[in-house]
Amino acid sequence: MFYREAGDFKTSYRQDSQTFPIRFDRWRFYAVLALAFGVIPFVINDYWANSVFVPFLIYAIAAIGLNILTGYAGQVSLGTGGFMAVGAYACYKLMTSFPEVSILIHVLLAGGVTAAVGVLFGLPSLRIKGFYLAVATLAAQFFLVWLFNKVPWFYNFSASGQITAPDRTVLGYFVTGAQTSATAKYLVCLVFLVLVALIARNLTRGTVGRKWMAIRDMDIAAEIIGVNPLTTKLTAFAVSSFFIGIAGALFFAVYLGAAEVGEAFGIQKSFLILFMVIIGGLGSIFGSFAGAAFLVLLPVLLKNLLVGTLGWPTDLAAHIELMIVGGLIVVFLIAEPHGLAQLWRLAKEKLRLWPFPH
Amino acid sequence: MKMKFATAVAAAMSLAAPAMADLVIPNLSYRTGPFAAGGIPYADGFNDYFTLLNERDGGIGGEKVQVPECETAYNTEKGVECYEATKGLGALVYNPLSTGITYQLIPKVSQDGITLYTPGYGRTSAANGAIFEWVFNYPANYWDGASVAVKYLLEQNGGDLKGKKIALLYHNSAYGKEPIRTLESLAAKHGYELTQMPIDTPGQEQKSQWLQVRREKPDYVIFWGWGVMNQVAIQEAVNIKFPMENFIGVWWSGSENDVLPAGDGANGYKSLAMHGTGMDYPVYADMQKYVVDAGKASGAGDQVGSVLYSRGMYAAMVISEAVRKAQELAGTSAVNAAQVRDGFEALEITEERMAEIGLPNFGQPFAASCTDHGGPGAAMIQQWDAAAKEWNLVTGFIAPDDEVLDPLVAEDSAAFAAENKITPRCN
Amino acid sequence: MPEQLLYAMEVTLNGLMAGVMYSLVALGFVLIFKASGIFNYAQGVLALFAALTLVGLQNGQIPFAHLINAALGTNLHSFGWKLPVLVAIALTALVMVGLAILIEKLVLKHLVNQAPIILFMATIGLAYFLEGLGDVMWGADIKKLDVGLPQGISETVESVTDSIFGYGFFIDNLDIVATVVAVLLVASLTIFSQYSKQGRALRAVADDHQAALSVGISLRFIWVLVWSIAGFVALVAGIMWGTKSGVQFSLSLIALKALPVLMLGGFTSIPGAIVGGLIIGVGEKLFEFSVGPMIGGATENWFAYMLALIFLVFRPQGLFGEKIIERV
Repeated sequence: MFYREAGDFKTSYRQDSQTFPIRFDRWRFYAVLALAFGVIPFVINDYWANSVFVPFLIYAIAAIGLNILTGYAGQVSLGTGGFMAVGAYACYKLMTSFPEVSILIHVLLAGGVTAAVGVLFGLPSLRIKGFYLAVATLAAQFFLVWLFNKVPWFYNFSASGQITAPDRTVLGYFVTGAQTSATAKYLVCLVFLVLVALIARNLTRGTVGRKWMAIRDMDIAAEIIGVNPLTTKLTAFAVSSFFIGIAGALFFAVYLGAAEVGEAFGIQKSFLILFMVIIGGLGSIFGSFAGAAFLVLLPVLLKNLLVGTLGWPTDLAAHIELMIVGGLIVVFLIAEPHGLAQLWRLAKEKLRLWPFPH
Repeated sequence: MKMKFATAVAAAMSLAAPAMADLVIPNLSYRTGPFAAGGIPYADGFNDYFTLLNERDGGIGGEKVQVPECETAYNTEKGVECYEATKGLGALVYNPLSTGITYQLIPKVSQDGITLYTPGYGRTSAANGAIFEWVFNYPANYWDGASVAVKYLLEQNGGDLKGKKIALLYHNSAYGKEPIRTLESLAAKHGYELTQMPIDTPGQEQKSQWLQVRREKPDYVIFWGWGVMNQVAIQEAVNIKFPMENFIGVWWSGSENDVLPAGDGANGYKSLAMHGTGMDYPVYADMQKYVVDAGKASGAGDQVGSVLYSRGMYAAMVISEAVRKAQELAGTSAVNAAQVRDGFEALEITEERMAEIGLPNFGQPFAASCTDHGGPGAAMIQQWDAAAKEWNLVTGFIAPDDEVLDPLVAEDSAAFAAENKITPRCN
Repeated sequence: MPEQLLYAMEVTLNGLMAGVMYSLVALGFVLIFKASGIFNYAQGVLALFAALTLVGLQNGQIPFAHLINAALGTNLHSFGWKLPVLVAIALTALVMVGLAILIEKLVLKHLVNQAPIILFMATIGLAYFLEGLGDVMWGADIKKLDVGLPQGISETVESVTDSIFGYGFFIDNLDIVATVVAVLLVASLTIFSQYSKQGRALRAVADDHQAALSVGISLRFIWVLVWSIAGFVALVAGIMWGTKSGVQFSLSLIALKALPVLMLGGFTSIPGAIVGGLIIGVGEKLFEFSVGPMIGGATENWFAYMLALIFLVFRPQGLFGEKIIERV
């Protein structure tokens, strides 16, 4: 009824190609932004920040990063955990070497370092394709984790090899370290996420994004029509790794505060983020959000439901939680193979016709 | 749809909060994931001891103890989530049984003012109470363990280890790297040759390392493993016919789980022990009566008396004694987190007290102070008897070499203090 | 002969043996990928599940005991019997067949003709589910797996090599058994796929789904068949690795050891899985032996992948993979 184009006149190309062509959608988008910036920061507490919102925001950044590589450019990667580790360790080295520079700049620079490393490990993608490439990126994953574990310079020669984020402030508020308030953590991650999402959205619908998609759909055909596979694949790796590096830096500095590379950035992380992207929907920014939300929220929700509400033993609850998550993934797939984003798309289609579907 | 979901979340969260009256001591356990085999008995022992106190004595000082359990799967993120979820319940003390989670929690507990108790694991230099106000790791820590192992070997060799070869086989992580610095300092002091052999997690494939052991024939192997790495290492040692009595694991590599899969070959394997084990303690009569027979045992109830069960119970015992002390100091039974910390700092566990509890000679007596959060650090050596399927203690408590350890602790804690701008207390 | 050379020989031999162990896991992946184009992420969990079931059946554990106890307040643990090894293995194989039928009926049937990434994702869901199911059925504590396989140093090899070289080589008996089993397994798989009717149907499906369908081969039957075989291979791998380390969650992580083998050997080739396993096994062990001590050790995990990566740069389809022909 409200959700349709009728009456929403576009008078310029700009308006015609905006992200949310339907007025209701635009308002909804602004409402979500207003809620995220205007309401949640005032009501958030430590529990909600640390177990739900901050991990969700950071994983969403990482998922957008991986979605660019896998969903838009078609290069399956299992090196995400390793690249996040690069972001985290770069951020740590920068934070401890240049304490006077703002942490926000460090996070961006950490993204830049990760982008460079990503390009390096992206080089084999010119020869290797599909699942072979996925397994090849595991080489990056294992090598990077080993490197950060083995070379003491990366963790400033600390006794146990753990890195700990020193206290840093932005505008006088702590954003890293133990004194950080839930609100500050949340806002920093939110700002980065919004920026990343905007950049990603605009990149993917411009020339660069079209090139990526051409390579994804068929690289030889794309090459024939004049898309340079070298630069296209490598830009995908660079942009993707940049975002993933930011996610890694935030994950370490803002969320965890201390990290050990094998634990925090191990192979499980790579799989987790790939799962988010696939479950959310390949080639969709919204899908990255949905996938991150699904895999962050669902376990927390199930745990609270099973242990807190139903009072089951924790181990039983944890096992059944795995079964439910696994079962839901399969059920979703059977219902809609293209991920949560496609479900959302279909729902919107239905909504446009509602209540007169014929 | 979205609204429904949000309300469901909110409902689930709000229902999760129980009544606030009791003493709340959360159990961050792991009964799933790669380290479940170690986490299950520990969590059971921890829960059962508090159940025993509740059933037999009506709690501690008349206050019932609540032990909300939260599953971490040995994963730091889930550990943080568990911490945040349970701290609102009025948690008094945390014991996460994971070095990784401990590192996460140290800044958080210092900020929130909740005690973190990490017996035999965690950050070693937290033994320095002047800098780590909220963290306690008595009775023993990793560096103590490494030193005790070397001291035991010294005893075996008539006080001289010159020219001996000792290999350190370790879990390639923060936890496994802990003893390196100590062993290196001790090597300089005693003149043995140290070879380091890291094994990547999870550690199912250790052929390279054991072939190296076979080639280089070290006199002793000191082992710092956890999880599946333990079982594989012991099996491989059996395979290459390494003399098991020269193979010494840290206390986390010395449970029934680790040796049973290797069968008879594991006979003679040694490990450190910071407490006694087995069923020969009077407390188990009560445990049987009030907990097991009453059907209130945690988990499957089949772990009673095992090494890691004993360790969980030991941690629970120390915590309950600290709470008792806190009640005594504060003059009220309903103590808060800050008072419990004072209890930890003033805690003294004597032989007599342990006998009263029903655990005579189970652990070492110790007394904490403002600066000393680490205890005496002594440990025993236990040896596996494969025929009887039980651990036997072969030594009494061996004290660590504080002459070497104290400067290391001071150095590491000073670095932490400088990084975090902490002024030492206790002057 | 110089000592170092002898050591290197010993390391190489052990690398070959380790490679066979990796191949056992990789075989399961290859079978399913070949027949249905699915990269089966759940293969490692399948091995864990098979091993758990085997131990459970053997020791007469009651499945879901913990769940039943928690729900009904009973105190069940065990049926109180011990099954002979062969009976338990046969029963477990049956369970794996049943599992294959269920997977086909509940999951794969509904996903015919979807993109590979979708099927990959379905196996992720499956992996989560089976991991939870295995724990709920049999408990998460560690279990000793004993089917009577010999373990420990092979005295014969030691004494023979000692008399030849003056240095006794170490070979694990379990590895020798694994090698024999792997040879038998590959031989029987080859005979099955070359000479039996179902085997030919299997190869037809692997060549071309649609052509196979059009000549009347039931795709659904083939899928059940291939998942059953993969389940059986997982059982074999589970027995070998479980004997070594006990049965517990970490058993499912052996899949990570199989991935570089797959890459190197090619996703579609059974001999590739074997040869790839051997190359990876020898490569990583020799590297750890020669270069490892200089750069701090624990190199095996990443070196296996690097080695595979280097091979792939020259042969993007793996050593024995089908040549990738791309047409516009």
